[in-house]
Amino acid sequence: MADDKFLDFRNLKIGATLREPGQPPQDITIVHGVSATLDKGKVLGLIGESGAGKSTIGLASLAYGRGGVEITGGEVFLNGRDILKLDRPRLNGFRGQEVCYVSQSAAAGFNPAHRLIDQVIEATLEHGLMSKSEAEERARYLFQALSLPDPDTIGERYPHQVSGGQLQRAMTAMALCPKPDLIVFDEPTTALDVTTQIDVLAAIKHAISVTGVAAIYITHDLAVVAQVADEIMVLRNGEMVEHGPTKQIIEAPQEEYTRALVSVRSIVHPEKQPTDTPLISMENIVAGYGNDITVLNDVSVDLYAGQTLAVVGESGSGKSTLARVLTGLLPPRSGQITFEGRPLTPAQADRPLDDLRDIQMIYQMADTAMNPRQTIGTIIGRPIEFYFGIKGRKLKDRVAEMLEKIELPADMASRYPAELSGGQKQRVCIARALAADPKVIICDEVTSALDPLVADGILKLLLDLQERENVAYMFITHDLATVKAIADSIAVMYLGKLARYGTKEKVLSPPFDDYTDLLLSSVPEMQLGWLEGVMESRKMESAGN
Amino acid sequence: MSLVLKLIAQRVSLGILLLFAVSILIFVGTQILPGDVAESILGQSATPENLANLREELGLNEPALSRYFSWLGGIFVGDLGTALTSGTNISEAIGARLGNTLFLAMVAAFISVPIAILLGLLAVRYKDRWPDKLISATTLASISLPEFFIGYLLILFFGVKLGWFPTVATVFPEMTLGARLNAVMLPALTLTLVVLAHMMRMTRAAILNVMQSAYIETAELKGLSSFKIIWKHALPNAISPVVNVVMLNLAYLIVGVVVVEVIFVYPGMGQYLVDHVSKRDVPVVQACGLVFAAIYIGLNMLADILSILSNPRLRHPK
Repeated sequence: MADDKFLDFRNLKIGATLREPGQPPQDITIVHGVSATLDKGKVLGLIGESGAGKSTIGLASLAYGRGGVEITGGEVFLNGRDILKLDRPRLNGFRGQEVCYVSQSAAAGFNPAHRLIDQVIEATLEHGLMSKSEAEERARYLFQALSLPDPDTIGERYPHQVSGGQLQRAMTAMALCPKPDLIVFDEPTTALDVTTQIDVLAAIKHAISVTGVAAIYITHDLAVVAQVADEIMVLRNGEMVEHGPTKQIIEAPQEEYTRALVSVRSIVHPEKQPTDTPLISMENIVAGYGNDITVLNDVSVDLYAGQTLAVVGESGSGKSTLARVLTGLLPPRSGQITFEGRPLTPAQADRPLDDLRDIQMIYQMADTAMNPRQTIGTIIGRPIEFYFGIKGRKLKDRVAEMLEKIELPADMASRYPAELSGGQKQRVCIARALAADPKVIICDEVTSALDPLVADGILKLLLDLQERENVAYMFITHDLATVKAIADSIAVMYLGKLARYGTKEKVLSPPFDDYTDLLLSSVPEMQLGWLEGVMESRKMESAGN
Repeated sequence: MSLVLKLIAQRVSLGILLLFAVSILIFVGTQILPGDVAESILGQSATPENLANLREELGLNEPALSRYFSWLGGIFVGDLGTALTSGTNISEAIGARLGNTLFLAMVAAFISVPIAILLGLLAVRYKDRWPDKLISATTLASISLPEFFIGYLLILFFGVKLGWFPTVATVFPEMTLGARLNAVMLPALTLTLVVLAHMMRMTRAAILNVMQSAYIETAELKGLSSFKIIWKHALPNAISPVVNVVMLNLAYLIVGVVVVEVIFVYPGMGQYLVDHVSKRDVPVVQACGLVFAAIYIGLNMLADILSILSNPRLRHPK
């Protein structure tokens, strides 16, 4: 290699062999010839939806294919040699020394049986780069650089003894420890709460700049990658869509698809005002699991007919528990639920059929919420049969009607869930909830498992259906952008209590309480330098206090 | 640490409770057997009068409840009673034979457990390649053969043709350790072949299950060698299922060796039990049953405790 690009993908082709039972093996192509180069010390952002091939390309820089994935063509030059041609011992020689990997879930990526420090310095010792005490010294330095608490002793802990955000930082320390030339970050903040994400993001960015390591940063969130990358490559279905400096991609995208990614969440939803009487009123709800764990503490919210109440909070804030109380799966210890002006029976098992029909639910994982052995027609038809006793020809017509409402073709009824895409599955779940003709639908993180553009489509459909069917939504989410898009009123939850509650306009206008302020300012914005701006203002605030 | 101690204390007290329950089961079970020891001692010469006298003499006319408690009371002071047929002290007889059985089981365990785990690791390392298939096929073949058949095959080759080991495993208290090992080698190998496949396959399955974890990929991307990944990252997380199957097989080595003891004429518990079952010597059968139950419960309890200790979440609570 003549030029000084230390990492060079040339016409990379990656494929896999699908072996479905009862069918002949089938070769599929995941990446169709992608080329890219990277200079020392630079950060390349790979962005795209699921199935775009971004993780696959990232792992190719370690000459690694996950599962049955195989690199079928092209070259990957690293420090002047084609790593795809290395034999196993030489592969082991450069993995963990020249290139390191940070995975999406550090909680799964750390071995539960060993202390953090032993895992952090393992690659460094394996490759004989430092003595044990030197490596431990470096690990402690890195813990400090990544702003981990108690950097001198945190390494003695086991993975289950630290939080998710701390683990993600420890994994970054693990990748930095052998002083590699390149680190592959594979969605390192996706599994974290938004207020944790910003800290981890800042820590990673700081560590990259002080160590001068080059990085490939993989994410589906353009606003996140805009904060750390020098250049961005947009991928779709295994092909490069656009590649350029971060500033250009964000501010002047050339391709249609990139523009769609940049402008995602363009939904305009005029806020509706509360009417006189709420449809559902939850008052002073206290609930918990077992005898001593209280998850909800004195929560009161109202839900109006045909409107959306967004319940927002981080994991552990009690938002899903609130939904369980409303459905009657978890009767509250105290407090009362009023439905259409009369008290609602606390326990689901004691509620009359009509009350059950009036409150339906849509789940986060459409995959696990459907029976894989039932056809779509059976799944959607079940509530129609169960609640209205409709059978035969009429049932088929109703199912076709529901499919039309969710914008899916009528012949979908004979297919099985496994044959549908993620977005289609969630639409079927919406149809199933709607088929009961309910007054309220509880939507529990219904878009979090979906790609942004697909999620956008689902939200538009939900709003559209609300207009036509006058159904109310209790919309549980951790994503503030979604909240802004669809809510009429908002309940911000923090540690089982209402931190803020009111109409959307009221909740989202200053002055804010501390927690809402933290939450709102942590949502990544699609502009360069946003991260620095937020960290700077937080530093000043804490200095001011 | 206190959490672990609490869990262990729980397991131990559960084990003791279970042993009590088993003692009741054994006692009731032997009571409802048809016929009694007096009939079997007298055999053809039994007259109603003889029988009544003998029953009186042996204390068989007492109510069952009081016999149970006097039996249980004896056990606490190490007295398992007297064999009705021979009049010998059961505790003494069992003591020597239990020692022999445990020795044989230990030798078999020392051979089979390391080999089983090593073969399991090798099978994982070369998964779906010829070493894996060879290991699976041979261990499966050895478990499919009845143990008496394996025993006779070993006798034929190593005992008769090669003359390496004695074909009859006679042991007596004055033997040196070396001579004793030599004597039990063939029965120990027979037992090894019987339990190997089960343990090896469980080790393979447990480790393969762990090999799907994300932290194995992390280790691979650190550039560790395959064997190091299996040994250092997979095995520690597969200990719990492996320990369980090892303990189950150890228990089998102790309580299930009857056939092997008979083949090799080894003076262990199994032979003793079989002899006295045929003579309807209820106190001996009860005592053997209780000893076997205690060993079984004890080993399973040990497996539980080792599983608890191998779990870092329990050893190092938050």
